[in-house]
Amino acid sequence: MKLGLALRELHRSETELAQRLLHAGERHEADQDVYHLSRTLAAWSTEHVRAIAEQARRYDEDLDPEPRLETRLVERLRERAAEVLGREPEAGMLLLLDLREIYLAAAGVSVDWELIAQGAQGVQDLPLIELAQRAHTENLRQMRWANAKLKESATQVLLT
Amino acid sequence: MDARIAEPWGARTPYGPGETWPERVDSYLADGVSEADVERWVPTASILHSNGDALDVAVAGGRIVGVRGRAHDRVNHGRLGPKDLYGWQANNSTDRLTRPLIRRNGHLVETDWDTAMDAIVRRTRELLDEHGPSAIGFYTSGQLFLEEYYTLGVLAHGGLRTNHVDGNTRLCTATSAEALKQSFGCDGQPGSYADVDHADVIALFGHNMAATQTVLWSRILDRLAGPNPPQVICVDPRRTPVAEHATVHLAPLPGTNLALMNALLHEVIVNGWTDEDYIAAHTVGYDELAKQVKPCTPEWAAEICRVPAADIRAAARVVGSAQRLLSTVLQGFYQSHQATAAAVQVNNLNLLRGMLGKPGCGILQMNGQPTAENTRECGADGDLAGFRNWSSDAQVADLARVWGLDMHDIPHYSPPTHVMQQLRYIEEGSIRMWWVSATNPAVSLPELARIRSILAQERLFLVVQDIFPTETTELADVVLPAATWAEKEGTFTNADRTVHYSGRAVDPPGDARSDLDIFLDYARRLDLRNRSGEPLIHWTDPASAFAAWQECSRGRPCDYTGLSYAMLRERGGVQWPCTAENPDGTERLYVDGKFFAAADYCETYGRDLLTGAPMEPAEYRAFNPDGKAMFKGAEYTPPPETPSDDHPFVLTTGRTLYHFHTRTKTARAPQLDAAAPEVWVEVSAPDAERLGVEEGDLLEIRSPRGSVRAPARIGGIREGVVFLPFHYGYWDTKTEDDGHERAANELTITSWDPASRQPLFKTAAVSVRNLTKDGGQR
Repeated sequence: MKLGLALRELHRSETELAQRLLHAGERHEADQDVYHLSRTLAAWSTEHVRAIAEQARRYDEDLDPEPRLETRLVERLRERAAEVLGREPEAGMLLLLDLREIYLAAAGVSVDWELIAQGAQGVQDLPLIELAQRAHTENLRQMRWANAKLKESATQVLLT
Repeated sequence: MDARIAEPWGARTPYGPGETWPERVDSYLADGVSEADVERWVPTASILHSNGDALDVAVAGGRIVGVRGRAHDRVNHGRLGPKDLYGWQANNSTDRLTRPLIRRNGHLVETDWDTAMDAIVRRTRELLDEHGPSAIGFYTSGQLFLEEYYTLGVLAHGGLRTNHVDGNTRLCTATSAEALKQSFGCDGQPGSYADVDHADVIALFGHNMAATQTVLWSRILDRLAGPNPPQVICVDPRRTPVAEHATVHLAPLPGTNLALMNALLHEVIVNGWTDEDYIAAHTVGYDELAKQVKPCTPEWAAEICRVPAADIRAAARVVGSAQRLLSTVLQGFYQSHQATAAAVQVNNLNLLRGMLGKPGCGILQMNGQPTAENTRECGADGDLAGFRNWSSDAQVADLARVWGLDMHDIPHYSPPTHVMQQLRYIEEGSIRMWWVSATNPAVSLPELARIRSILAQERLFLVVQDIFPTETTELADVVLPAATWAEKEGTFTNADRTVHYSGRAVDPPGDARSDLDIFLDYARRLDLRNRSGEPLIHWTDPASAFAAWQECSRGRPCDYTGLSYAMLRERGGVQWPCTAENPDGTERLYVDGKFFAAADYCETYGRDLLTGAPMEPAEYRAFNPDGKAMFKGAEYTPPPETPSDDHPFVLTTGRTLYHFHTRTKTARAPQLDAAAPEVWVEVSAPDAERLGVEEGDLLEIRSPRGSVRAPARIGGIREGVVFLPFHYGYWDTKTEDDGHERAANELTITSWDPASRQPLFKTAAVSVRNLTKDGGQR
């Protein structure tokens, strides 16, 4: 059975997504949509990570329910840099790059949840099926947000 | 003190359910003027709030000398509020802008129209050549007339082809529009003010109607004074006059409205107070909503909102047992955290109970500004004209047909850019010209220090069109003097879809021109043309602009084709849609559960309430194949800024009864200025005692973004919350300093609701220091 391995990979990809969301928020302090929402959306992923670690125990996987994401000090330094960067035209291009990374990371997570959902159905693991449904719905909303924000910002950034 | 300052709602005329609200004609004429002196009365309506009180302006000797309510108008039945009675005096102020101004060597100097317009047109052409239309943005008002918004929308979207068009109605009304779109697929108020005459329960969610719509509140007071009065539910952290008349008053902590609403819906559902037939026949999404609110018990919400669970149950019982439920919503919800999600739950409440489309069963997602509805329907406020859907190619193509353009001439790659995003583009330098009409962002937007620094940037070419010098005109490169209400002709539409005609009673002062003439002049100088080579803007005056708009609105929900200036002059207000089939207008939308939500007709496919991400057309069709009303739930999340050790209080801000917007007009009306000349801060009695604050002590209220100094008023606000009336700027400060410690928006946070993009004015965390006791001084 390789479901544990898949859970380990999902744990990694959700952690990475949370990290990317937090980084984007820090880097784009002047872009309030990103700054405020990225924290809310990252919190979904950190909650998923915790739930994955809990369920993975049944598959003999010892995963960290609260992996370290960032220290507050580094975060403050990034925000300072963001304040300076906020007035520069390059900020827009950087935003597109960050959103692209978030979108791709979220798409990876989405694929991983598909796999888990298929596996969980095979072994009739009801709590895992329930988690996969709930978390995948939130994950799709994260992905759609990054996609929408990309679309909304792209024209202005690319044409000016 | 003047009688109507002390008694803002006037004398009672009680009436019972289903009866007609009695007439009461209010008037005010300048000292020494009698009715016999009045040479003519010119019909109009108030533009100092969204109620739309109809009135006649009295003219003598070429000047406005007073006002009189219109007895037969459906909106006010003759009544006028204090702002209606006294506000017109601002028109006659001696400090109106009367000549165009242009910046030379760092100073604004008087110039003529040709010089001013040439400068604007030259800069426009340069930017179009060098950077394209994305370098130009427009920010308008809730004060102009329909004809002006429509012209602005056409010239910006179709002429310059920029996507950056918004109105300051973003600050007051964006959530109203978005909440209606989310639930019904289209903007447009379902209910009518006449629902007050029939309702047995009136629930006011974050709506201090006594201050914001005094005449509508006197309608409720008259019901309360009559036989079989309605029960009133009030949701507001302050003990307002509405709260004093409430059967149940809920005072949630600011930023927690959605948690409260979810608990109310939870109660309605678990107690079986739902109208199952209505839900089955006319709605989609019920099961998801029921699942969403299942864990949201009154106890759960009580913890978050810090209100007693028993009170939530009591309020739920009142709305759950109503026979005719009228729900109204305003800034307490719109300017707060999770604004759209919370406002949508009010729609859900009425939908769950089947309370829509019948007398007394209404929803009024209110407007803050008098002509907000027109910015929305004309496409000057983040929408496309005629409530057309920017993400539907067919609807954009239809708009292009009306304008004689190709679909690709109208930018629709994303929704029109909201003001906060436009500011971001100015900040990073990609918008280089910004044209502000009839509003004062240097006082009304959040986090003023940031706004000042953005608007003062050297690389920005700022055009400001207004009637008075303001904090914003100070920063402009060109200032255009505008005519205002009663100096120009046009129409405008209030919060319950009532269209009023407004006549030209007097001439504008000096060289001031109507906003319509300014926009027409700009379009002519740019020589904007359609695909056939004809002028894109082919109209030349208000009447021909109105006719052009009627064609644009034809067949859309806001259909104006049955209206005319003559009819409106004679009859007073008429509600849209008004067509050949409905020549008297439409009192209530969505009668018999018929909605504007079909996929090929709706104004929007909706958004995720929490992330703001738009739904795709295919997804919408799958969710709502038959164009029904839509239940949409959302989970509560904490606000972006919560009280901490450093900033232990929540700041909420709002309007007072006696002032409008940034007080440019109301502070120039002597009675209104005397009634509310200075900012103050309201603190609760327990907090005052704990902090050792006595009435009148000077307090410093500080957020991470700035500070305000204001004398204390100890009042019925909930503990842990302080209130500042907002939009006190510094143009009329009498102090020596720069006055930057007077505007509530020095403190507010740059953050907005992801769905409506309305800024959060009501959830900043602040500290409070007693300067009187600390030995500080004014």
